[in-house]
Amino acid sequence: MRKNRSRRRWSGPAALACAGVLALATACGTSSGDSSGGGSAAEDQGGFTAPDIPMQDSVGDPEGQVNILAWPGYAEDGSTDKSVDWVTPFEEETGCQANVKYFGTSDEAVQLMKTGEYDVVSASGDATLRLIASGDVAPVNTDLLKNYPDIAPFLKDQKFNSVDGQMYGVPHGWGANLLMYNTDVVKPAPTSWGAVFDGASDYAGKVTAYDSPIYIADAALYLMKTQPDLGIEDPYALDQDQLAAAVDLLKKQKENVSEYWSDYLKEVQAFKSGDSVIGTTWEVINAVAQGEGAPVEAVLPEEGSTGWSDTWMISSKAQNPNCGYLWMDYITSPEAQAQVAEYFGEAPANTKACALTSDKTFCDTYHAEDADYAAQIHYWTTPIEQCLDGRTDVTCTNYGDWTTAWTEVKG
Amino acid sequence: MHQLRRLDDGLDRGEGLTLSIIDRRPGLRVGLLLTPPMLWLGAAYLGALGALLITSLWTQNDFTGNIERVWTLENFKTLFTVEVYRTITVRTIGLAALVTAVDALLAFPIALYMAKIASPRAQRLLVIAVLMPLWASYLVKAYAWRGMFSADGPIEWVLQPFGLNTPGYGMVATTVTLAYLWLPYMILPVYAALERVPDSLFEASADLGAGSVHTLRRVVLPMAFPGFVAGSIFTFSLTMGDYIAVKIVGGTTQLLGNVVYDNQGAANNLPFAAAVATVPIVVMLGYLAAARRTGALESL
Repeated sequence: MRKNRSRRRWSGPAALACAGVLALATACGTSSGDSSGGGSAAEDQGGFTAPDIPMQDSVGDPEGQVNILAWPGYAEDGSTDKSVDWVTPFEEETGCQANVKYFGTSDEAVQLMKTGEYDVVSASGDATLRLIASGDVAPVNTDLLKNYPDIAPFLKDQKFNSVDGQMYGVPHGWGANLLMYNTDVVKPAPTSWGAVFDGASDYAGKVTAYDSPIYIADAALYLMKTQPDLGIEDPYALDQDQLAAAVDLLKKQKENVSEYWSDYLKEVQAFKSGDSVIGTTWEVINAVAQGEGAPVEAVLPEEGSTGWSDTWMISSKAQNPNCGYLWMDYITSPEAQAQVAEYFGEAPANTKACALTSDKTFCDTYHAEDADYAAQIHYWTTPIEQCLDGRTDVTCTNYGDWTTAWTEVKG
Repeated sequence: MHQLRRLDDGLDRGEGLTLSIIDRRPGLRVGLLLTPPMLWLGAAYLGALGALLITSLWTQNDFTGNIERVWTLENFKTLFTVEVYRTITVRTIGLAALVTAVDALLAFPIALYMAKIASPRAQRLLVIAVLMPLWASYLVKAYAWRGMFSADGPIEWVLQPFGLNTPGYGMVATTVTLAYLWLPYMILPVYAALERVPDSLFEASADLGAGSVHTLRRVVLPMAFPGFVAGSIFTFSLTMGDYIAVKIVGGTTQLLGNVVYDNQGAANNLPFAAAVATVPIVVMLGYLAAARRTGALESL
């Protein structure tokens, strides 16, 4: 029943929009249509253009509810932990009841957004471009968000959250994938990703890695620094040969891998029991593992790192667009940002939040205002055929190729 | 009778007509009785399988994840030509066969004891004991085995004095966990088959001079065979489709189920996931055909 309703809603305004603009022929299919992501040239993204979805120009009366699709921990209403609640104040302030659904991977988020049942989503950089290209999200009018000017400038107009200078969301927070190790076993402390690639055999059977095609970028980043001959400029822009080199490296790594993780609690447990002693991690995992008494440390290796930068986006089929905008503005306010960032363990996008965190050194720990640190991070970005590093003489491998490659790595 | 007739007359004319048609035509009655379940079987069950097959002939836009309804055999071509999928298929079938063999070996003595040696009271208790693990969640049992095989778990603790280590997460742990999970499904049919073996056959066999080993081999095993076949259909098909236990204790091991899951859940590639999902279906059809040929299914 619900699906029917959303389908009908979609056909109304969307059909109008389609009729208006000729170029939309490819973008206005059914929800499982055939949009190809366009074709004309835009220099910074190697020719990627977005389907023409209308942008909202004002925020009207709240609809009374908003359907939120979020990473776990991004929209807490006190049901997990009574003291962790920034959703209730939002509901009281705006009169929009927040219906929150959490997702586990970027791919799940992309899939769920296709249903049209969610108004806003906290998308990581490896989901954003896919959502934009498939026409599932609309451009965001940042003039309607009063907190937008306070967002750290180095997070705005990035390759993964904007197209041709048009923002498709509002930055939420960011963090780096770190190298975590067991301090009892791994000595001396590692300073390079080499510890899990070329040097992985020192910890044979105890290495761990993130179980997602996007982890190929970690290998590509390492190759970018150690094998300049391959000519990798951006770990998300790999041609066939570069992808093959990364896959080879990952296959060699696999011989020493105990298991791959995608559930963060599984990694905490593996480090606690000693099944894993070294591998990629998130700040929040390090904190939880240390909190549970595991002898672990996490470092940002000298090669720099991959990482995530999350963006709140609004669905092109949003049934509650006004509440959606109100939510995007609220969740990027200094008060909400301080709570989310501290709970999740990441740098807040709104740097005014730094004055409001309960731990006053929090923003320093997470380098929230450190543009140089942020520049060392290669944020998760969806690999597409148009090379993101600006090369036009080759075709790059896309996310589908990466998925197949990842299956081959795991064998 | 008279009163009834009058009641009948009082009924709505159309309704009375329908009732009498149903009374007069047994074929129609059977038809009405069977239509809902047949619809369920046809539409919901076979329909879903058909939809799966159709989806596998479509393709997906790699980037946006939208399904493109273009007829193509591309998914099956990838499935047969890319080596990693062959490796995974062979691994999955091998694991299913191994788990089935382990379960058959474990189930036979237990089922034999339950059916022929235990007292009626012990028999009931044993049946409950065999069924008991089925009351606990699949996930709890799989995670219990994750603890067993962990580097600081009981297996490591037992093996360490002998200079050995836990095998860790991988094929060994997966085989043990799946064999444990599916064991009741093997014990019960074998037990049922053995229970039907009359005690007089044992006496007759002994009278004719056969030792206990000989009796087991020539009398009991052939009569238990249909039970093994029935049990193996469970253990084999359940292993063919498993992807959760292997995610928990399998380390880096991938099975067909994981490929389906990764393509559906992670890559949004429903058409390719559907194509991969047809592999266990084909394997199971082959397995069932082979089971039928043994004649075991008739004597169940």
